[in-house]
Amino acid sequence: MTGWKALFYKEVWRFWKVGFQTVAAPVLTAMMYLLIFGHVLEDHVKVYDAIGYTAFLIPGLVMMSVLQNAFANSSSSLIQSKIMGNLVFLLLTPLSHWSWFVAYVGSSIVRGLVVGLGVLLVAAWFAPLAYAAPLWIIVFAVLGASLMGALGLIAGLWAEKFDQLAAFQNFVIMPMTFLSGVFYSIHSLPAFWQSVSHLNPFFYMIDGFRFGFFGVSDVSPWLSLGVVGTALTVVSLVAMQLLRTGYKIRS
Amino acid sequence: MPAISFQSVSKSYPSPRGPNGSTFLALDNVQLDIEEGEFFGLLGPNGAGKTTMISILAGLTRATSGRVTVLGHDVQTDYAQARRKLGIVPQELVFDPFFNVREALRFQSGYFGITHNDAWIDELLESLGLADKAGANMRQLSGGMKRRMLVAQALVHKPPVIVLDEPTAGVDVELRQTLWHFIASLNKQGHTVLLTTHYLEEAEALCGRIAMLKSGRIVALDRTTDLLKAASGNVLRFKTTGELPAALAARARVTGTVVQLPAHNALEIEQYLAAVRESGLTVEDVEMRKADLEDVFIDIMNRHVPAKSGGAVL
Repeated sequence: MTGWKALFYKEVWRFWKVGFQTVAAPVLTAMMYLLIFGHVLEDHVKVYDAIGYTAFLIPGLVMMSVLQNAFANSSSSLIQSKIMGNLVFLLLTPLSHWSWFVAYVGSSIVRGLVVGLGVLLVAAWFAPLAYAAPLWIIVFAVLGASLMGALGLIAGLWAEKFDQLAAFQNFVIMPMTFLSGVFYSIHSLPAFWQSVSHLNPFFYMIDGFRFGFFGVSDVSPWLSLGVVGTALTVVSLVAMQLLRTGYKIRS
Repeated sequence: MPAISFQSVSKSYPSPRGPNGSTFLALDNVQLDIEEGEFFGLLGPNGAGKTTMISILAGLTRATSGRVTVLGHDVQTDYAQARRKLGIVPQELVFDPFFNVREALRFQSGYFGITHNDAWIDELLESLGLADKAGANMRQLSGGMKRRMLVAQALVHKPPVIVLDEPTAGVDVELRQTLWHFIASLNKQGHTVLLTTHYLEEAEALCGRIAMLKSGRIVALDRTTDLLKAASGNVLRFKTTGELPAALAARARVTGTVVQLPAHNALEIEQYLAAVRESGLTVEDVEMRKADLEDVFIDIMNRHVPAKSGGAVL
């Protein structure tokens, strides 16, 4: 077994051991959103013809869960190890920055997909879902989780305290997720906010992912793929550079 | 080829107290070679730079200048090889609360690319008295057990060079014996051991060679026996409850009521006793003993007042 596999396995095992908190809890949260918003808005909001609001909402919620949990996995693991001091066990090993990156982002993808699948399986009871282009579903889920896993890595390296990480989560990740079209189509927004949404990479992740289910979306899935791919490349390069230089973990 | 080589290593940090742009020199041009198979002691008061040296060796901190190698591998440019050769027992009592003892050791082996390491893991657990704790979560271990677990984690990849940064702090006598017995047997098998400790009697008993560090500089480096030989030779020891005259107090090592004074010759002993008599002190249990490493340590530390640059704010 090469080093990165051990770290990857450890990171997966870490969240799985506390699965009630890391998998079951976010599935329950997504279900609450679905119950409340689906029930209240089903008869009032129509985004696409022939698609009920609850069905429209499900892919958005699934993707939101994928993204938030991928981010939570790498960021919380790193900050905990830094604060507990046990990160030293990794720092003393010959693991390269590549190994760190692949293991942390890889395990974040696994957590994101496991939670996303959990939400999808439970949500499927609420409304019939189409799977128009399954490959797009998989591509956007994996790319979105990778992007958020890498972003979580950066946040975990940067943050020195739990409240700094919580601030990052509450003031950056949450607004960007909520303003990405999880609960609505951006076409229902005023022109100004539509333009703002187009600057939000989360919008493209959700929109491209939703295209995989319904075959319709606000923008072309190829455009979304381009934006998400570019964002992933940039964030990954930054994360790798921080790992290579030992940002805040080696002095 | 030395097992560990510090070549003109300096380390400066931005000074937290000094004016803007000033630096604190934690290590000042340290030059030290530790040969393969040595049991080497690195001693010094708190803040002398011992942990900085070990952090640079471990790759946790970068030297400002100079170079450090482990069995010829540079700890920065060839870090993967250097770290494979190195097993470091950190000073802080840290652990990963998610896993049990065996899981933690398996993962640690995995980071070094080692699979199917259970035979060695079992041997380590046995030698360190942790065999019955293999399935216990790290949180359930006592402080002493966590400390021994740090040793096990440092040794999972069978490193030829072992570094122990104050491994016996807070460990009871019996466990200390187990630990030293195990480390000494590894040293006999050919492993190089670098030890930092505040327990000088341990260093005296175990280390073949010793370096003493003060304010970022090596102020003594010799075989343990030669350091002891070069020392004053004898110590006058007595008990008193009264206050020592200033002339004696400056030179004395006082522990509670026990006073110990370095005695180089008979005249000095006479002078001490005369000073005691004149001050009217009541003394008990007067005896002479051979100087030990602690006497040598205190003597050397007193002789080396901080140099201009070493450990000072520049």
